[in-house]
Amino acid sequence: MKASITLRVDGEQRSLTLDTRTTLLDALREHLGVTAAKKGCDHGQCGACTVLLDGRRVTTCLSLAVACDGTSVTTAEGLAPGGTLHPLQQAFLEQDALQCGYCTPGQICSALGMLDEAQAGHPSFVTEGLAAPAELSDEEIRERMSGNLCRCGAYVNIVAAIRQAIAERATP
Amino acid sequence: MQMIEPRAMGTPLQRIDGAAKIMGTAPYAFEHRLERPTYLHPVQSTIARGRILKIDTRAAESLEGVIAVITHETAARLASDENKELWVLQSAKVHFRGQFIAAVIAQTPESARAGADRIAVEYEAARHDVSFSGGRKDLYAPKTVNAGYPTDTNQGDAETAFERAEVKVDSTYTTPMEHNSPMEPHTTIAIWESPKLTLYDSTQSVHSVRTTVAKSLGLKVDQVRVVSPYVGGGFGSKGEPHAHNILAALAALRVPGRPVKFALTRQQMFCLAGYRTPTIQRFRLGATRDGRLTSIIHDVVELTSRFKEFAEQTAVPTRLMYASPNRRTRHRLAALDLPKPSWMRAPGETPGMFAGEVAMDELAVACGLDPVELRVRNEPERNPESDNPWGNRHLLECLREGARRFAWSERDPRPRQRSDRGWLIGSGVASSTYPRYVLLGSRATIRCGERGQYTVRIGAADLGTGTWTTLTQIAADALQCPVEAVHLEIGDTEQPNATVAGGSSGISSWGWAIVAAAQELRRLHGARPAAGAEASAQTPKGADDETFAQHSFGAQFAEVRVNTLTGEVRLSRMLGVFSAGRIINPRLARSQLIGGMTMGLSMALHEESVVDERFGHVINHDFAGYHIAANADVTDMDAVWLDEVDDRSTPMGSRGIGEIGIVGAAAAIANAVYHATGTRIRNLPITPDKLVT
Ligand code: FES
Ligand code: FES
Repeated sequence: MKASITLRVDGEQRSLTLDTRTTLLDALREHLGVTAAKKGCDHGQCGACTVLLDGRRVTTCLSLAVACDGTSVTTAEGLAPGGTLHPLQQAFLEQDALQCGYCTPGQICSALGMLDEAQAGHPSFVTEGLAAPAELSDEEIRERMSGNLCRCGAYVNIVAAIRQAIAERATP
Repeated sequence: MQMIEPRAMGTPLQRIDGAAKIMGTAPYAFEHRLERPTYLHPVQSTIARGRILKIDTRAAESLEGVIAVITHETAARLASDENKELWVLQSAKVHFRGQFIAAVIAQTPESARAGADRIAVEYEAARHDVSFSGGRKDLYAPKTVNAGYPTDTNQGDAETAFERAEVKVDSTYTTPMEHNSPMEPHTTIAIWESPKLTLYDSTQSVHSVRTTVAKSLGLKVDQVRVVSPYVGGGFGSKGEPHAHNILAALAALRVPGRPVKFALTRQQMFCLAGYRTPTIQRFRLGATRDGRLTSIIHDVVELTSRFKEFAEQTAVPTRLMYASPNRRTRHRLAALDLPKPSWMRAPGETPGMFAGEVAMDELAVACGLDPVELRVRNEPERNPESDNPWGNRHLLECLREGARRFAWSERDPRPRQRSDRGWLIGSGVASSTYPRYVLLGSRATIRCGERGQYTVRIGAADLGTGTWTTLTQIAADALQCPVEAVHLEIGDTEQPNATVAGGSSGISSWGWAIVAAAQELRRLHGARPAAGAEASAQTPKGADDETFAQHSFGAQFAEVRVNTLTGEVRLSRMLGVFSAGRIINPRLARSQLIGGMTMGLSMALHEESVVDERFGHVINHDFAGYHIAANADVTDMDAVWLDEVDDRSTPMGSRGIGEIGIVGAAAAIANAVYHATGTRIRNLPITPDKLVT
C-alpha cells in the first residue's frame, strides 16, 4: 500500500509517495538521500538513527514514515546550514568526540534533544529526587546519552564535547 | 633508518574528515547515490547442518516489486571454492544456522524483505554439534595459528619445573564468544556493468576485497573496482570479505546495470561477519618464593568452524611477556557446525593476556608481592623465544609511570579493605603488549600539482582510525610541506595497492610507502619538482625486522566499585600508559587508545554471545541481548604514552596503536574486582551473578 506524505526536512518541504511499511529512517535515507540519519540496528537499540522530530529526539528506525506526515525533521546535516557547524558540532570536532563517525550524527541530535529535556526539568534515572530540575553533572550527561551506542568508544570525548557546548552557552 | 623530520607529526591536527562525519554527509558504503537501485534481502538456513531438499520461490517471485530470486539452483556458478566461507549459493549443503540459502532482489527494501519471508524451504537436517568444551575427545592441533605462528612451543621442561616450583598458580580462565559489532553493519552495493564489477563496500581493505571477489567470481582483478572512502568501524570483522560480498555480486550479475544494495541486519551480523572464538585457557605458573618464574604453561582450547579453519593465536603473547627458563604453550581446536570465527581487535593478545595477566595477579597474591614488583622481577632481557634483543621494550617504564599517576603506592594490597556506602572498592593492574607489524605490498604514488601542492594516492582505509588525518601529516613531513599542501586520496582500488588496516599495521605500512615515494620523487625530480612530476614506491622491508624483537607495551590500571548487594561492577577510574613509538597525532591517538580500553571494559563486564545448542545460533543476536559498553559505563578514563621515537620500526618512528588499548584492559578490571571483593572471577564477562553468592 502506498501513501503520500509531506515532511519538512532540514528546513525544506519534501513531498513523497512511499510504501506504508517504510520507516522514517528509510524514507530519509533511501527516498530523500539524507544520510545524516544512520542505520545501526533498525530496532531502536543503538541511537544511530536519531533526529530531532518537531524538536524532540526520536529514533527514526522505530517511526513509520506515514505516521510522521506533516512533521518537521532536523538532522545533523540541517544543524550546519551551508556547512557551518553548530557550536555543539564544533565542540565534537575540537574534543575529537568521534572515530568512525557512524554514531556521530545521532549523538549530536540526541545531545541537543537531551539538553532541552534537561532544561525542561525532565529527570533521568540518576536524578536525585524530583523536586528540583537536575544539574547536568557528567553522570547525568552519561546517563542521558546512554541510548546512543558508540562501538569506537568515544564516550569520554562525547561527554567533554557536550560539556564544552554547555559552557559556551552559559558565556554569551 | 633514515627518519623523516617531524613537523606535522606529533601535532594534534583535528580530524580532516571530522566535519563531514559530524554533519552526516560523508558517504559510507550504503550511502552512495546511484541511479535505479535495487535491494537485496537474504534467506538464511534455519538448520545448522544438513542439506536443502527443496526451495519454493514462487510466492516470492509473484510479489509486487520483486525482480528476481536467486538460490543455489539458479545463482551464477563461482570459479573458486578455495575459501569455503565464500562458496555462496553453490550447493545444497548447510554448514551453519544462518547461512545464506537464497536472496530476493526487489525494487524496494520492503518488498525484498517481504519476498524473503515467502520462500519455503525443505531440509534434510543432520545432527549438528555446536557444543564447545575443553573435554571434547576430538580436539586437534592446527598446523599453525593466525598470523602464521607455531601452534605449540616448548622450552626447557615446563611440566617438571612446574611440579617442583615453590609457589604455583594453576587456574583455568574462560572468555566467551564475542562479536565485533561495528556500528555500521557490513554493507555492499554491487553493480555489474559487463565486464566490470563495482563494489561500494564497507571494508578495511579495498584491495583484498577486490582480489578475493575477483578470484571467487573468476574475473580478472582489473575487472573489479572496490570503493570505500568511509568505514563505520570494523575492529577486524571488515578485514576480509565475507559471504555478503559474494551474495551481492551474484545478485548484481542477475540484474546487469542496476546497483544492488545490501546491508546485513544487526541480527545477521551475528552469524555472517565473523566473531572472536570463545577460549578455555589453563594457565600454570611456577615461581620461587620471591616471585621469579621457573615455569609458564599455557594450554588453550578454542573453536573453529568445521567448513573452514580459523585458529586464534591466544597463547602467543605468553611466549614473550616474562622471563622463565621453562615454558610451554599449546593451542587446540574444536571444529563445530558454527560460522567461521575471524579477527577481532587484537586476536590472540586480547583473550590470551586476559588469562596471563590475571594469572600473574594470582601469583603476586600467592607470593605476597606487589603485582607491579612481580612484573619487574620477571622482566626478560631479550625475547625469550627468539633470543633477539628488544627493539624498544618499555614495559617497566609504563608500569612505573602508571603507578605514579594512579597513586598505586597508596593502595592497601589486602583485598576487601575499602568500601563506601555499600560499594566495595578495589584496584588492579595488568600489562599490555602488541607486536609491531609492517606489512609488505603497499604502494603510494605522489604527483606534484601547481603551487607546491601534492596529490598522494594509496588505497588505504579509515575505519575511525584517523587515516585521512595521520597519513596527511606523514605525507606533509615526508614532502617537507605544510599539511594544507597535501591532497590525500584513499579508499579506492583505482589507487595503488594498500595492505589491510589490520594488526595495527596500517599507518606503519602505508606511511612508510608514502615516505619511500617522497624519497623517490626527490631522487627523480630533485628538491623542487615541477608540476606534473610523479613518483611511486613500495613499503620496503625494515633492516631490523629479523634481528630485533619489536613490540609495543603498556600498563593498564583500573579501579572498580562492586555493589555488595547486587554484585554490580562499576568502573570508576582507568588509566592506560602505552609505549608505541612516536604518536603521529596525540588528539586522535588518545581517542583510539581510550576506544580500545572502552572495548576492554565492555569485554570485562558485558560482552557474551550465547549459542543455543539446540538450534546452533547466537540467541542474543542484537544490542538488546548483546551488551556493549554504553556512555554511562565509562567514567574517569584516560590514556597517556611515553615520549618515544622508534627508529627501528618505521621512518616515522611509530609502531601502530589500533589494538594495544584493548589488551590487558579486561585483566586489569578483573584484578581490581578481586582486590575489591576477595573473589577471583576467571570467567568473562564479570556479571553480577558471579559475584552474588
Ligand atoms: S538504527 Fe535506530 S536505534 Fe539503531
Ligand atoms: S564513532 Fe564509531 S561508533 Fe561512534
